[in-house]
Amino acid sequence: MALDDIYKEVILDHYKNPRNKREMPEATLRCSRNNPLCGDEITVFVLTEGEKVQEVAFLGQGCSISQSSASMMTEAVSGRPLEEVHRLIREFRGMMAGDVDPSEEELGDLVALRGVVKYPIRIKCAVLAWDVLQEALEGGTGEATGARPH
Amino acid sequence: MSVTRERSGALDVARIRADFPVLERTVGDKPLVYLDSAATSQKPRQVIEAEADFYAHHNANAHRGIYLLAEEATAMYEEARAKLARFIGAPDPACVVFTRGTTESVNLVAYAWARRELREGDEILLTEMEHHSNIVPWQLAARDTGAILRYIPLTDDGLLDLSDLGSLLTERTKLLAVTGMSNSLGTLPPIRELTRAAHAVGALVLVDGAQLVPHVPVDVTELDCDFLTISGHKMLGPTASGGLYAKRELLERMDAFLGGGHMIDEVFHDHATWNVVPYKFEAGTMNIAQEVALGAAIDYLEALGMDNVRAHEIELTGYALERLREVGARIFGPLDPGIRGGAISFWYKDVHPHDLATILNEEGIAIRAGHHCTQLVMRRYGVPATARASFYVYNTVEEVDALVEALAKAEAVFGV
Repeated sequence: MALDDIYKEVILDHYKNPRNKREMPEATLRCSRNNPLCGDEITVFVLTEGEKVQEVAFLGQGCSISQSSASMMTEAVSGRPLEEVHRLIREFRGMMAGDVDPSEEELGDLVALRGVVKYPIRIKCAVLAWDVLQEALEGGTGEATGARPH
Repeated sequence: MSVTRERSGALDVARIRADFPVLERTVGDKPLVYLDSAATSQKPRQVIEAEADFYAHHNANAHRGIYLLAEEATAMYEEARAKLARFIGAPDPACVVFTRGTTESVNLVAYAWARRELREGDEILLTEMEHHSNIVPWQLAARDTGAILRYIPLTDDGLLDLSDLGSLLTERTKLLAVTGMSNSLGTLPPIRELTRAAHAVGALVLVDGAQLVPHVPVDVTELDCDFLTISGHKMLGPTASGGLYAKRELLERMDAFLGGGHMIDEVFHDHATWNVVPYKFEAGTMNIAQEVALGAAIDYLEALGMDNVRAHEIELTGYALERLREVGARIFGPLDPGIRGGAISFWYKDVHPHDLATILNEEGIAIRAGHHCTQLVMRRYGVPATARASFYVYNTVEEVDALVEALAKAEAVFGV
């Protein structure tokens, strides 16, 4: 294993200069989740129009993998029909599970994250934003259940 | 770095390291540098062999059979209880209930004591540096009883802020539950002072000993705490070993916890009566082999001497704090090794702890990155996570050097 398998330039670029990292008041869907393992947080905002995902933005804090994945995701899915977005989510998950050979044409910069597969504990970081996006598209807000005394 | 020649003032570390098989392994082509003992300690050969010996030569259920093997298993299990009781200064082995560790011990008290004793409006006083296992069981108990949770806040330098203790600890307080040593800040709260203050208002005191008992000499009679939770796997013992100390009269008065075999005296159609203390709290087949091996871990620590263990860790922690600060790391927690343990939380420049841990792993260095089950601490200091290096009897000054040198790698990758 070599560190440049995971810390590729494109990942570090998205980490240091995240794209579409902003609050989106006009969003039609929003969902927040954290990774309980490390405390990373992601909120995903989605502006849908009919069967199309017009725009996706995010807010959050966390490691380079979770935040760069979120940034690249917003670029990859904005402006795409819902059906394509679902296909991308499947493709990305497949790549992170190690059982889909990713197509650069489809995933763009995101293929840089394939090196994370060699670091199983970090796969959760890479997939976090995608989990939140999927939950948002299914109408979820990320609210958890729990014990709340008084 | 190869095999260390280091001998600290207090411990013969090279000799200790030879007892830990896992320290011989490599990570990639680098020797393992294990700096995560606050999560779980490594195990010496003597402990591994004690567990194997139990299964190979004495395995039977404890407190059940009439035959020789069962007698041996029972005697070994009870001998381990006596060792643990002596190790923490408990007056009587019956004051020690075996559990799977501190989480189960806190839950035991939250069910068997708190749910029976607490009424609406009663207060449980916690601190903001508690591990989630010393918060969530109390939230659940509070939800069921109507009790109220309050928290002792933290100072900027990682100590308990006791300036307003008088208004937090009142006659409404029924229990103070406080860590003996913070797993994320390293802080050693002033337990004796807190116990005196709590008892003065009639509150009981539970000390979470997960980090304290493995690293500092503990005497429950001297601390005068009412409950002490003990984690075996953090003190060289197997996972799922550990216990709960409580004053005997409390154990007698408490409700049962888990129902099942051996915890009963007699069972009828509609009710049952309980076995004597501590068996009333030990339902079903227990983790016999693990508690027996915990006894071997206690033998090992007693042979080193807990005063020496503490002295070694003060030395290592002081050195690590100094080196980390030299290279610009931000430390969370007290800076004086005399009032803290060897779990050091830090941020190195702007490198996220998760990224830092991945980079250090490439150098064979195992640290923890995350919130360490102390999200109240993370929120208090405005970070989502920290990197944490923690030490034990087998760690060396050279390993601290390896940690500090590897930080430069992170700097190279992230250009910070």
